[in-house]
Amino acid sequence: MYETNFHKASTAQDAAALLAKSDDGKILAGGQTLIPTMKQRLAAPADLVDLSRAEALRGVTITKRKKMGIMKADGGETITIGAMTTHAEVAGDTELAKVCPVISGLAANIGDPAVRHRGTIGGSVANNDPAADYPAALMALRATIHTNSREIKAEDYFQGMFATALADNEIITAVSFQAPAVGGYGKFPNPASRYAMVGVFIAKSVDGDVCVAVTGAGDNGVYRHAGLEAALSADWSTTAIEAIEVSADGLMSDLHGTAAYRANLIKVMAKRALV
Amino acid sequence: MKIAMTVNGKSVSREVSDNTLLVEYIRDHLRLTGTHVGCDTSQCGACVVHVDGQATKSCTMLAASAEGLAVTTVEGLAKSKDDLHPMQVAFKENHGLQCGFCTPGMIMTATDMVTRYHTQGKELTEDAIRVHLEGNICRCTGYHNIVKSIADGASKMTTV
Repeated sequence: MYETNFHKASTAQDAAALLAKSDDGKILAGGQTLIPTMKQRLAAPADLVDLSRAEALRGVTITKRKKMGIMKADGGETITIGAMTTHAEVAGDTELAKVCPVISGLAANIGDPAVRHRGTIGGSVANNDPAADYPAALMALRATIHTNSREIKAEDYFQGMFATALADNEIITAVSFQAPAVGGYGKFPNPASRYAMVGVFIAKSVDGDVCVAVTGAGDNGVYRHAGLEAALSADWSTTAIEAIEVSADGLMSDLHGTAAYRANLIKVMAKRALV
Repeated sequence: MKIAMTVNGKSVSREVSDNTLLVEYIRDHLRLTGTHVGCDTSQCGACVVHVDGQATKSCTMLAASAEGLAVTTVEGLAKSKDDLHPMQVAFKENHGLQCGFCTPGMIMTATDMVTRYHTQGKELTEDAIRVHLEGNICRCTGYHNIVKSIADGASKMTTV
């Protein structure tokens, strides 16, 4: 690892001020991607600003939805997850597991236990790895990414492989979304890395809108799948998924699988997400 | 920079460079060489230690990030040479190791998963053990005896 200057920040504001002073500073969240990348000398930030003690950026808040009349719809709670909340904390939050079990399950399957103890949702979202799980979830849940200066819709935030709407020195503080009425995530993990070779996140909002996001497959990162959304909006069934054609255009081909293989996996994972 | 933390119950402090990894702090500066570096790419788990009670890959954390925290390494488990931790005894009795290189990480991951399951009042099944060994690689045993060791160690940890 190249030399770096280590700084600790206890709030997002402190961190922003420290970054502003550096020509080449980077936020250190859980470090489960950044540290290995620095060890391989693929990243060499002059300054590292560690946010691991920023307690205000940690934790899950659930705001219950007001029940209207006698109708009790599932979902609709507003869920806010602080950027420095670890995957283990998301997976282990018992209240969250009740209102949005799909997110708990997704977090429980990222990496391995040691990685989940350190890795954070903010770090994952800031990195926007094209095979990461959270980007698909936030895209399909139409989440909002909160930063130290603004709020960004997930659709505008994720801008391709490792690319996001974050400006220089902009820091994610939280993500928020509405618990879906129904949500599912189907993931085919790479047998070695456990990153998604294909991950399909399907969410039906309390208003009945269907949103489908695909990770691991697109050659430009996470994206929404219009074909699956249309099919499932018309008919919420695995038969509807089976009936559509998933094109291999724009999908990744690498040593793990061809674009055609991934196109097939999208259908298979979509079906798994539904049941 | 000066980094102070608690390692195996003792306060320690060392002058290290900012880019020092926690595993380097433990092995090179404290000379506690029970924690191993197998892959250096965050995959093998030979470097797992507990940081504030949570299994952590010490090759994937900076020493500076552990400032002020409590770290337990494999050396911190046994009360003495003749009074091993129940999980260490279980590995010994169930032939849970061959070359032993991955064992420190296996044992730290094992005690972490057992503690978590016991705290949550959940049963640590064989399947659960295998799932939680995801981040620890052994190239000798084929895992069966490691899984057996952890199940055995888990039962002994309840009674201890």
